[in-house]
Amino acid sequence: MITAQKHLRLSGLEPLIITPESNFINVGERTNVAGSKKFLRLVKEEKFDEALEVARHQVEGGAQIIDINMDDGLIDGREAMVRFLNLIVSEPDIARVPIMIDSSKWEIIEAGLQVVQGKCVVNSISLKEGETEFKRQATLIKRYGAAVIVMAFDEVGQADNYDRRIEIAKRSYDILVNEVHFPPEDIIFDLNIFPVATGMEEHRKNAIDFIEGTRWVRQNLPHCSVSGGVSNVSFSFRGNNPVREAMHSVFLFHAIEAGMNMGIVNPALLEIYDDIPKDLLEHVEDVILDRRDDATERLLEFAETVVGKAKESKVDLSWREEPLQDRITRALVKGIDQYIVEDVEEARQKASRPLEVIEGNLMTGMNVVGDLFGSGKMFLPQVVKSARVMKKAVAHLTPFIEASKDSNTSSAGKILMATVKGDVHDIGKNIVSVVLACNNYEIVDLGVMVPPEKIIGKAKEEQVDVIGLSGLITPSLDEMVFLAKEMERQQFTVPLLIGGATTSKAHTAVKIDPQYSQAVVHVNDASRAVTVVGDLLQKDTSDGYKKSIKLDYESFRDRFLNRTKQKEYLTLSEARNNKLQIDWDALDITEPKKLGIQVLENFDLKKLTDFIDWSPFFRSWDLHGKFPDILKDDVVGVQATELFEDAQTMLQQILDGQLLKAKAIFGLFPANQVDEDDIEVEVNNTKFMFRTLRQQLKKREGVPNIALADFIAPKNSGIQDYMGCFCVTTGFGTQELAQEYEKNLDDYGSIMVKALADRLAEAFAEYLHREVRIEYWGYALDETLSNNELIEEKYRGIRPAPGYPACPDHLEKLTIWELLEVKEKIGVELTESLAMWPAASVSGYYFGNPKAKYFGLGKIKPDQVEDFAQRKGITNEEAEKWLAPNLVDN
Amino acid sequence: MEQIEAILQERILVLDGAMGTMLQRYQFEEEDFRGERFKDWEHPLKGNNDLLSLTQPEALAEVHRKYFAAGADIVETNTFSGTTIAMADYHMEELVYELNYESARIAKRVAAEFTAKEPHKPRFVAGSIGPTNKTASMSPDVNDPGFRAVSFDELRYAYKEQVEALLDGGADILLVETIFDTLNAKAALFAIEEVKEERNIAVPIMVSGTITDASGRTLSGQTAEAFLISVSHIPILTVGFNCALGANQLVPHLEVLSAKTPFGVSAHPNAGLPNAFGEYDETPEQMAEQIKEYLEKNLVNIVGGCCGTTPEHIKAIADLASKYKPRKISSEIAVKI
Repeated sequence: MITAQKHLRLSGLEPLIITPESNFINVGERTNVAGSKKFLRLVKEEKFDEALEVARHQVEGGAQIIDINMDDGLIDGREAMVRFLNLIVSEPDIARVPIMIDSSKWEIIEAGLQVVQGKCVVNSISLKEGETEFKRQATLIKRYGAAVIVMAFDEVGQADNYDRRIEIAKRSYDILVNEVHFPPEDIIFDLNIFPVATGMEEHRKNAIDFIEGTRWVRQNLPHCSVSGGVSNVSFSFRGNNPVREAMHSVFLFHAIEAGMNMGIVNPALLEIYDDIPKDLLEHVEDVILDRRDDATERLLEFAETVVGKAKESKVDLSWREEPLQDRITRALVKGIDQYIVEDVEEARQKASRPLEVIEGNLMTGMNVVGDLFGSGKMFLPQVVKSARVMKKAVAHLTPFIEASKDSNTSSAGKILMATVKGDVHDIGKNIVSVVLACNNYEIVDLGVMVPPEKIIGKAKEEQVDVIGLSGLITPSLDEMVFLAKEMERQQFTVPLLIGGATTSKAHTAVKIDPQYSQAVVHVNDASRAVTVVGDLLQKDTSDGYKKSIKLDYESFRDRFLNRTKQKEYLTLSEARNNKLQIDWDALDITEPKKLGIQVLENFDLKKLTDFIDWSPFFRSWDLHGKFPDILKDDVVGVQATELFEDAQTMLQQILDGQLLKAKAIFGLFPANQVDEDDIEVEVNNTKFMFRTLRQQLKKREGVPNIALADFIAPKNSGIQDYMGCFCVTTGFGTQELAQEYEKNLDDYGSIMVKALADRLAEAFAEYLHREVRIEYWGYALDETLSNNELIEEKYRGIRPAPGYPACPDHLEKLTIWELLEVKEKIGVELTESLAMWPAASVSGYYFGNPKAKYFGLGKIKPDQVEDFAQRKGITNEEAEKWLAPNLVDN
Repeated sequence: MEQIEAILQERILVLDGAMGTMLQRYQFEEEDFRGERFKDWEHPLKGNNDLLSLTQPEALAEVHRKYFAAGADIVETNTFSGTTIAMADYHMEELVYELNYESARIAKRVAAEFTAKEPHKPRFVAGSIGPTNKTASMSPDVNDPGFRAVSFDELRYAYKEQVEALLDGGADILLVETIFDTLNAKAALFAIEEVKEERNIAVPIMVSGTITDASGRTLSGQTAEAFLISVSHIPILTVGFNCALGANQLVPHLEVLSAKTPFGVSAHPNAGLPNAFGEYDETPEQMAEQIKEYLEKNLVNIVGGCCGTTPEHIKAIADLASKYKPRKISSEIAVKI
């Protein structure tokens, strides 16, 4: 049974529990306009970003609570308090600690209490204005769920001796506990720390009275705490920091012993008690404890002899003084490449063989990186930066290793990585490669568009331990199935890893796993790759893991197939009978202002930056969350922000240097739906045909089975309708840039440039679509939508792309290429799997119908495949191959 | 009727399961949501589940009945979005009092039926107080992290109206649930304290947060223990977690609460995590098997279900819970409430 232990419990994003065993709780005071001139200036000038850095610095420096005070005549304290607190709670590394809301004005305190979710401390209330106001405020503080600091102050004035301190403390405590029912553990007394050694007789006992008052309070008022601002005590020695530091230490030493358990202390102004020189200590203790009548004079005299020793400021580079291994580890963990060559060279000279540096120093560091990554304390962009440092280090060592003819590095295993035939996407694959390489695996990277026979051949030649396949477009899925079959036929035994955007555990379990009797694992997340490969290759876990994976996929497959069996499908003709019904006479069909084909060459990339949808950019780095919220995410926020800043920098370079080329081609044409599911398009008196596919999953009553053709008026309606198609690219130049980075061993840069090119291509598609709607086609002349609204697809009309859910059939790209002469006009090509090259390209259709919407085709039945094959003039087998991911499982 | 605080010392109480999942089975369309009374309402109403308390009261009563029949001791009112803030989407701010009042009345009527039939097992109504659709400690605008779409006072006034209506309609308990931003919950608790003081009454309060993902934190970033500390300033019947996660994933967080709070502990998890199609497919047996861990570890005093759970799930949970002793609650606390 849990009984309510009466400890002071506070919270920010994380808990802070103060028990009798707790060490002294240090309250940060740099975010107090009364205590810090710098902070005051920043707030006055509304430089809240910098003011936040002050707060962050304090938390990093060990403050367990941060005190925030905005009481200044020239500041609107209430507004500044709310604004600053709102900003602080958006910074997880600051907001993790509890907040002390500090003001002499109740309205500022209450405004602060209304914006902080954690349990705060109010600093402060007192009996100064009388009991009624004291009780009112205490009741509200309790209702807001905060602890409170009570000043030793009453209607008469501030407590300045021992008796008054305990009198006011006792009275306040009794009112709070007995009348307001305030939890005693949530009461903190500030018993007023006043200066000593001022030369005035009545100040002699200021420190000792505080200390003794503290002792009384802790002994007689159960469960409460005692706090105070320590620097006050040494006020009269301003300018002599060594003496002040000693005074603070001595004061704290005795006050803590008496029961003071928290307080405001500037850690920079604190000497370690045991390090205070004996003679200085004696003089200071005489003053603090009021041990001699002439204590003040003696300390003043002695203070003259204490030479101020300036504290060196070496904050940033102090780690450079640490031992070699610590420096190397730090450089790897923090991704600092500035000194790595220097440090590695030092290590090499100490080592008997250059290889030892890799196996010893560098791997020690990378193991720390691996552990931090594995436990979620580092994030992918950081790991990639670590890898950059690692590569730089290895590059420095390589010539020495070659020279010493000592070639066999012992690696944890050899892994073949390839993007399969017909597919050109390699961002994800590269990330997995980098992460695995960081973990001491040797990577054999075959690049993109790798034919199966090459994968098989290389795997044998290099005797790899694992094969990893990646792919982004749907035809790649079949390539993977084919490769699994081939591996089985050739009696491979190495595990097969499957990854990439279109892959899924479902596809892996249902389609790939049954083809290969050895382990097949779907790894869609680079962070999982390390553990999976580790489990697969570790001798003692390997067999068990492989068995469990096989069983897992088998049961997943069974469950999946059972599920799909339960679904009901319509025949194609039934589905056609349930097509989307549109009253064509009533529909607003706009004739495009400019019919025909247009080309945009050397388009200015700068126009696209506002159209970028950043969320997928983060996904490509395995950082999941919606932009812009992701920048503030608790777990990945810091890394996302860093990544975003790096992306902005590179984007600026790309824009300034015009490093990528943007081109587009698009056309708008007369079109009509024919034969239920086809669209006939007329281009310069030549007729082209787009074949669309119809949903066959049985729908609820009233919900149609849609095909894209439904959005175009049928020919027999006698109404002339229109559609468009397009291809945009921002990919020219990407490969050169990426290679440039790779040459400099900068995988981070290489991945970044590809990810940015992808985003720009999507942005271009979004931009062009808008131009088409309001300009070239002109059916939405008065559209005004923000980028977010564009991302949410709030506009009229759609731009579905072949290969995506509404029209998963890639074959229609061939028609687009032929009709627009894409390759001839702008140079974007189609690979044998119908992926676009360069990869940062987008192509698709335009539909202007207000009823047009994005949808997923879902699964289709053999009757439609047959019908489609006939319409296309291809064999059933070929149609099945292209439509495989959408076929109903038998 | 026996006091819930006393019963809680003797046995584990069972909360009902999902309301939304059950209402989906009726496949209500726009006109069903509107009913006769709102047939000319200017804004679309489909999806406003809280409105069904006025337009489809019998369906609601039927769902409550099914949960009580399945063994639930407590059902929640259909008022998850019953604040002026959440109802603004439907321009129904004016109806908030009535929605809460009627919803509590419907649930109370059904509870009374069951209590009359089975006096040894009195049934209770918990007024459901959702998080609203705005957050008080996070900015919806990335360019302005200091911006807030809703203030503490706006929340507090909205919650106060909901609380008053729920109590007037007969709610026995107030359940502040699915807390993704603790500041919203603190405004609700503030409002409840105001009403308690004005009416000079005591009301059992359940507080239930939501751990949103594997990070183990609420959406607003708090750990389980920080959340607990932030809502423990007023006497509450139970503190717990619901939604977002399945029963398994909640275990470590419930362990924190159970070890650190003198109050009761509640849990109403989802029926697992949604599958690729957004459906919950954990069966009653699978879910009960996981709930067993709560019971064997003695973690909870009240247990039920959230998204995707049905009367079948609740029956499986109730059957199981009846075989276990409840977690011990500090008697000092129980008396205080």
